[in-house]
Amino acid sequence: MVPKRDEDVVVVTQDTADDGTPRSETTTRLLRELVAHLRQNRTSLREEWVQRITEAQLLTAMTKEEIFAEATSVYDSYVAALETGTFEALQNYARNLSERIIPRGVETHEVVGIVLLLRDVLARSLFAKYQGDFEELNRILDAYEPAANRIANTVAVGFVQERERVIRQQQEAIRELSTPVLQVRERLLILPIIGVIDAQRARQLTEQLLRGVRSNRAKVVVIDITGVAAMDATVANHLVQTVEASRLLGATVIVTGLSPEIAHTLVTIGVDLSKMNTVGDLQGGIEQAERLLGYKVAMMAENA
Amino acid sequence: MEVPILKQGGILIATVQAALTDADLLQLRRALIERVVQMRSRGVILDVTALDVMDSFASRTIREIANMIRLRGTETVIVGIQPEVAFAMVQLGLTLDGVATALDLEEGLYYLNRKFKRAAS
Repeated sequence: MVPKRDEDVVVVTQDTADDGTPRSETTTRLLRELVAHLRQNRTSLREEWVQRITEAQLLTAMTKEEIFAEATSVYDSYVAALETGTFEALQNYARNLSERIIPRGVETHEVVGIVLLLRDVLARSLFAKYQGDFEELNRILDAYEPAANRIANTVAVGFVQERERVIRQQQEAIRELSTPVLQVRERLLILPIIGVIDAQRARQLTEQLLRGVRSNRAKVVVIDITGVAAMDATVANHLVQTVEASRLLGATVIVTGLSPEIAHTLVTIGVDLSKMNTVGDLQGGIEQAERLLGYKVAMMAENA
Repeated sequence: MEVPILKQGGILIATVQAALTDADLLQLRRALIERVVQMRSRGVILDVTALDVMDSFASRTIREIANMIRLRGTETVIVGIQPEVAFAMVQLGLTLDGVATALDLEEGLYYLNRKFKRAAS
């Protein structure tokens, strides 16, 4: 029995791998058969799939109706992709789907999970259908598996790419938001820094500040670091670099808002801040800047 | 390429027109010192707006020029360093310590004139 089956398998392989053209023809025929089967059993297979999704507790962020609606579309695109062999429509659908579900907190493992579940459900139904004919089952799986794997791959990659795109977009937005260069008086800029400064951000800060100095023809810049929680030697050196670069453009920099902790850290690690002009708080910094620029702010005389 | 040196009242203005070779820099140094002595200038402005690279030799020479001129009792201001150049210089550690800098020619003139006025009063 066993040797006979071995022989059979060998024959099957020869049959299908005989030559490029007949093989792809066989595959096409089998896929067509497969698609017909999937279309025929659309309702039951789809329901089974949704059932399995719920059981596996995937897509918990979505309601059952939503899952069913999405499952229907995915199922149809899946079958269409099997039928046509082109993945563009599916890819677009996957991207579109990702766009909708990412904001709702759907995770990568869930998306990959549901596609793999669909693959399993369909494979199971194929097993059930071709139970009697082992060779035919083998051939149909040969045709089905690569296509199914490619589909799973496409959907997963589409989802991850969409996710990455969203992350990049958010990073960009945060970066732009986080470094405003503001003019408070003619030739006086302030640069409030909030949050963590890393090498990349320090670079960006410096670039933006230098551009600001140029376009606003600033003479004095007040950098306020009240919102910076911690500072180490690297960050301090970035700050010193920013100060020196501004000086090369002819602008004086005043650093304000060093917290006692930061001051202590800087002194302890021995960063050379002799080139830095520091004032306790933002108000003091602006006042000194005004003095440097020759402004005199006076209270209006109280009128009767 | 030679750097033209213009005289404007008591101030000499040297405007760099294109990228400078090391030889050009040395020539500029010699010419500037000579002119400062000759004209009895009170201030020098070196305009580097046209430079988009500043290497260590250039920045060292500029510092030397400023220090030599200071020995004659004359102040030097470097003007027009581009933001990208400034950033690159700082990263290379070329910070032109002790040399006055200003945003552009106008600022440089303003700086020197204020200085003269203060000295006069």
